[in-house]
Amino acid sequence: MTIHQTDLSRRSILKAAAGLTIAFYLPPLAKAQTAAAPAGPFAPNAFVRIGTDNTVTVLSKHIEMGQGPYTGLTTIVAEELDADWAQMRVEGAPANNKLYNNLAFGPIQGTGGSSAIANSFEQLRKAGASARAMLVQAAAEQWKVPADAITVTKGVVKHAVSNRQATFGELAQAAAKLPVPTNVTLKKPEDFTLIGKEGAITRLDIPDKTNGKARFTIDINEPGMLTVLVAHPPRFGGKVASFDDAETRKIPGVVDVKALSSGVAVYANGMWPAMKGREALRVTWDESAAEKRGTPELLAEYRAAADKTGIIAGREGDAVGALAKASANSAAKVVKAEYVFPYLAHAPMEPLNGFINWDGERAAAKYGCQFQTVDQGAIAKVLGLKPEQVTIDMLLAGGSFGRRAQATAELAIELAEAAKAIGPNKPIKLVRTRDDDIRGGYYRPMFLHRMKGAVENGKIVAWSDTVVGQSFMAGSAFAGMIKDGVDPTQVEGSNELPYTVENFQCDLHTADVGVPTLWWRSVGHTHTAYAVESFIDELLQEAGKDPVAGRLELMTKDKSKRLAGALKAVAELAKWNGPEVGNGRARGVAAVESFDTFVAQIAEVSIGKNGEPRVHKVWCAVDCGVAVNPDVIRAQMEGGIGFGVGHILYADLPLDGGRVVPKNFDSYRSLRINEMPEVEVVIVKSSEKPTGVGEPGVPPVGPAIANAMARLGVQRPRSLPMVPAGRNA
Amino acid sequence: MAAFSIKVNGKSHSVDVLPDTPLLWVLRDNLQLTGTKFGCGIAQCGACTVQMDGSPLRSCSMPVSGVGDSEITTIEGMAGPETEAVQKAWVAREVPQCGYCQSGQVMSAVSLLQSVKEPTDEDIDLAMNGNICRCATYVRIRAAIHDAAKTLKG
Repeated sequence: MTIHQTDLSRRSILKAAAGLTIAFYLPPLAKAQTAAAPAGPFAPNAFVRIGTDNTVTVLSKHIEMGQGPYTGLTTIVAEELDADWAQMRVEGAPANNKLYNNLAFGPIQGTGGSSAIANSFEQLRKAGASARAMLVQAAAEQWKVPADAITVTKGVVKHAVSNRQATFGELAQAAAKLPVPTNVTLKKPEDFTLIGKEGAITRLDIPDKTNGKARFTIDINEPGMLTVLVAHPPRFGGKVASFDDAETRKIPGVVDVKALSSGVAVYANGMWPAMKGREALRVTWDESAAEKRGTPELLAEYRAAADKTGIIAGREGDAVGALAKASANSAAKVVKAEYVFPYLAHAPMEPLNGFINWDGERAAAKYGCQFQTVDQGAIAKVLGLKPEQVTIDMLLAGGSFGRRAQATAELAIELAEAAKAIGPNKPIKLVRTRDDDIRGGYYRPMFLHRMKGAVENGKIVAWSDTVVGQSFMAGSAFAGMIKDGVDPTQVEGSNELPYTVENFQCDLHTADVGVPTLWWRSVGHTHTAYAVESFIDELLQEAGKDPVAGRLELMTKDKSKRLAGALKAVAELAKWNGPEVGNGRARGVAAVESFDTFVAQIAEVSIGKNGEPRVHKVWCAVDCGVAVNPDVIRAQMEGGIGFGVGHILYADLPLDGGRVVPKNFDSYRSLRINEMPEVEVVIVKSSEKPTGVGEPGVPPVGPAIANAMARLGVQRPRSLPMVPAGRNA
Repeated sequence: MAAFSIKVNGKSHSVDVLPDTPLLWVLRDNLQLTGTKFGCGIAQCGACTVQMDGSPLRSCSMPVSGVGDSEITTIEGMAGPETEAVQKAWVAREVPQCGYCQSGQVMSAVSLLQSVKEPTDEDIDLAMNGNICRCATYVRIRAAIHDAAKTLKG
């Protein structure tokens, strides 16, 4: 099993006429029908290609950036096709929003929101089943036997009665001539041999990722290609006033220097001349419109905003009245907590980059593109082309965590501008360094939650949460998601609790700050889960309840059932017997639904010599519906937990006078192997439709750690990260 | 610019580059050995790890002018029982996620097993904590190193 990383275009797919390309129309989901679809209802859809060499290649419409969709999507096709796993291959699909829409997003192609498996499941089952039906029909016609007397097992098409059999490859050419069936029968889940089966598949992308052969965008090296680095303003919103490139041009290997809307681009033969050339640039920046507030100033403003009630994002009963009543009642206890969350960089291991070759009439881009349709439109606009004159080949991406899914297409625009500035027929590879990445903005926004709760007679009677932070939807291609002044990604997880609290309110202040922000692995849940799950634990502690039993008592809503199931599963896995475990350790719990996946975690923590929490082990239960690839799900829980632990403990991105303080991994601290807890995962058995796992492992771990700390006599950290900078290991 | 002759994966190569060019960029841009990755440029993440005379080295922070007669081995040139055991264990445990840091992880793991036959968890922490994995595949890296050590023991 290998990944073909040959550059793939629609044309090359069609040229592979020796085999069978399953191209057929699948009715879009209701959501996608709102699209203005100029191509009409018979636009083809192409996911499966079977070669005469007996290989089956799945075209993945979703980018592989570590979360396993290449394997997951291939598993779904192979299952319905009854293929042998050894014959399966996968390739990234090209940009084409008529063929490869994300059915969860509407009329655009892209990856995000832990949606790859969820939106592809039915679509690819049908794609696989159709291919199977055509292969069977081809065999039936060749052998002159009834189709329903033919079986398919592990890639072998067989007619038992006449003892004839053929491979997919032998039948491919005949099958290609047949009409595509309009109706196919899908397998019954109990007949699955790959989906949900432990050890049935091996991940397709692994071998090349252990021997240096996996090809990423940074590895592109085409004849005549120039490497481009862009000098960006030190403050967000700054512009180039003027620049002096005399010293830059003296550096051997530097070819040209051009101003772009985002900064000054240095073109060179290779990375080192480009880096030295950029270093030698003298740029005068116009900072008249730049953001000059630092983190302390923003925090003071957020705090002042939180003194007033914002736009109501969720309400039940009368929280304000109940809190006032409780304050006046000596038998009731009012608890207040303020949680502050820093800006965070995604910092994928491969900093953002892209390749483009523009000949004046067409542009061919190649990179780890996550939002094909948005990027394609943006590149076309910069170069004065139509979107169909721009091709984008999707390459493996060295991580993303949300960074490559750009509502503003900032990377694609910079890439196209860099190509345009130097002129046609000069292929370029635009590269960013780690410093560019850490200081480049598009962060998880800074947020503040001010919480108030009341406990009376062991019962939580009131809850209010005032949220302050930026919206990255505002002014973007996704602004339509903002309803009545509330961007749902700012309050998801906070404006509706899984717990029944009679008097509840969540309100929102949207801050106007010139720091570009973006979704970051698990989006709003990165902060709402910490605020909500820490605060519920604090109130339960006040009420004298066990953290697990207390939560379960409050999960009375119908939609909390699966979360309660995950919580029970993790309690069983960890043999939960209360938070105190002795030996200087304690356990904390948290349970969070995100992206329709339900995850509960228990963290076992001690406090080190300098007060730094040490996370020893995390138990995790996940309910993501039908578990397509159990080992990929476990890997995503492990990775999500590590990602969560690292940022909650160490990651901070302070701004000083609008300038980002850290600039590399020496000052933006990342989790290392010696800080990684042991992880044990249980997957809750479910027949619900599959949901995503790329993000949902992240949110619960932070509050689980905080809640364990509280049981060790340390206050749940109110301001993140838990380990302030300066205590760098 | 200046001409340098360096030995990489058992072959001598002549390159004409700026003398302060880090070995990383000579490998990647001049010799097309792109398995060695750029992650930080300041020896903080380990994505650029190669071996210099058999010891792990962050190639982003070693100027080509400092390589001299040393033998450089990149992920493409790695061979031998430790390399085979590590790569086999990495595949069996399905360690990589995005995979970008994994050349460096494998280089560090092989280097560890070449010097310590049965590493403890503490040995692994010491040898591997210079390699950042933003996907946090650390649980599997640790398990795979123990697996590889067992394989080598026979």
